[in-house]
Amino acid sequence: MKHILSLDTRDMAKSVENGGCGECQTSCQSACKTSCGIANQPCEKAENN
Amino acid sequence: MIHQYKLGGYNIVVDVYSGSVHAVDELAYDAIALIDAGHPRAEAEDLLAKKYAGHPEVSAADISDCFDDIDELTAAGKLFAPDAYEDKAFEFKKRSTVVKALCLHVAHTCNLNCHYCFAAQGKFHGESGLMSFETGKRALDFLVEHSGSRHNLEVDFFGGEPLMNFEVCKQLVAYARSIEKQAGKNFRFTLTTNGIGITDEVIEWANRECYNVVLSLDGRKEVNDRFRKDLAGNGSYDRIVPKFQKLVKARGDKNYYMRGTFTHYNTDFTNDLFHMADDLGFTELSMEPVVSAAGSPEALTEADLPVLFDQYELLAKDMLRREKAGKPITFYHYMIDLAHGPCIYKRISGCGSGTEYMAVTPWGDLYPCHQFVGDPDYKLGNVWDGVTNTALRDEFKLCNVYARPDCADCWARLYCAGGCAANALHATGDIHGVYEYGCKLFRKRIECALMLKVAEAMDPELAGASLSAEASAGGQACSEDCTGCE
Repeated sequence: MKHILSLDTRDMAKSVENGGCGECQTSCQSACKTSCGIANQPCEKAENN
Repeated sequence: MIHQYKLGGYNIVVDVYSGSVHAVDELAYDAIALIDAGHPRAEAEDLLAKKYAGHPEVSAADISDCFDDIDELTAAGKLFAPDAYEDKAFEFKKRSTVVKALCLHVAHTCNLNCHYCFAAQGKFHGESGLMSFETGKRALDFLVEHSGSRHNLEVDFFGGEPLMNFEVCKQLVAYARSIEKQAGKNFRFTLTTNGIGITDEVIEWANRECYNVVLSLDGRKEVNDRFRKDLAGNGSYDRIVPKFQKLVKARGDKNYYMRGTFTHYNTDFTNDLFHMADDLGFTELSMEPVVSAAGSPEALTEADLPVLFDQYELLAKDMLRREKAGKPITFYHYMIDLAHGPCIYKRISGCGSGTEYMAVTPWGDLYPCHQFVGDPDYKLGNVWDGVTNTALRDEFKLCNVYARPDCADCWARLYCAGGCAANALHATGDIHGVYEYGCKLFRKRIECALMLKVAEAMDPELAGASLSAEASAGGQACSEDCTGCE
């Protein structure tokens, strides 16, 4: 593509099928304790893509 | 739904429901905006041709190519992807309920008296007290019993100040290690401490047993000591910094965060982060906006917002400078793993408070999370009888991003999963509300975090960054008028 660069991102639609194992860290356990952000929680499944 | 913005010299398009992030040139930026506004392709091409009529470098073929790119990405589900997840959010209620994380309030007392503390000097507006080993042991057993097939179990030693009950912390870790193999579990402990009680023994123990340590420091001495005082009113900086440095130095490459709070008094909080990085040698940093009653002198105000936005942008640009110089720092809220990050279930359901995650008081009572402790309306049960207020638990089970009407039009909804239920309650009186001030800060942080990823993909000086890209071309590394890195 000449005009658009797409970053390598996880396929959200595909994760409907292969996600949801629940092994990932609970958001608030890491550092914030007073807000919620889940984007910085790594997936625990190595085969997630 | 898409979100378009310009930051750091980049044109960025976020496709909300596919999770895709695109860096685009000016032409594509304008073209995508026209399609998003509802113009059919032919009409949008005409409008774009008129806009760029005075630009000989933009040909009709360029414009056509641009829309071909957009069509291709749309067909691939990476642009203007539909929302296909709402049903999934509520299917979650049918899933088995497991508990996988506990915040253990081992000490409802503290050796500091920080005025802004949401835990009210560690007592959470109640009695002071220490958790007994028997209560903590029962909490760990409760966790194992209710964790189903989950392998990784998280336990946070919290307070108050947990090191005021260090012996019980040690005993609980020893107990957990004695049962985890047979139970098929892996306990991950976190210690959140103000540093006063750190000793060589604590350092050896925390660095051996704790998956993560969160070390509370607000930054510059005068900033830290404004609030983080002992019971006699003396600042804590001089006592805690050397201990934190010793702990971190001995920790090797294991996880830690320096965790600060900024208030109305230090809206220039990047200076506190840079102090921790440049003067104290810490690289893993977190800085949170104060959670404080509106009208209190330390509370952040609407007038502070533009200043805070500038601070977040300044931080992001400075982090790029540091990365190029080979001395990167980590800012917790800018950590974002686009390729291997959370699945859609996590993005919908959020932190898991009240369901997967609960707080345990020194007396064994269960609450949805540490920020609800002390509010009798939010008591879920206790570690002996389990969750007895099942109606409350079910309310939290359904408290996902789709249950919050205010989130419906927000482009960042799958990055925060609807935000913090406690903050929503305190701001609106309803866990299904939103803490709009926090949302504004959150959206700015995500814009910055995504800009960093775009920069890593596009800036040749950042070659070797973890991102890969599907194609090349597009916008420029820096606009001529950008002075962020100077």
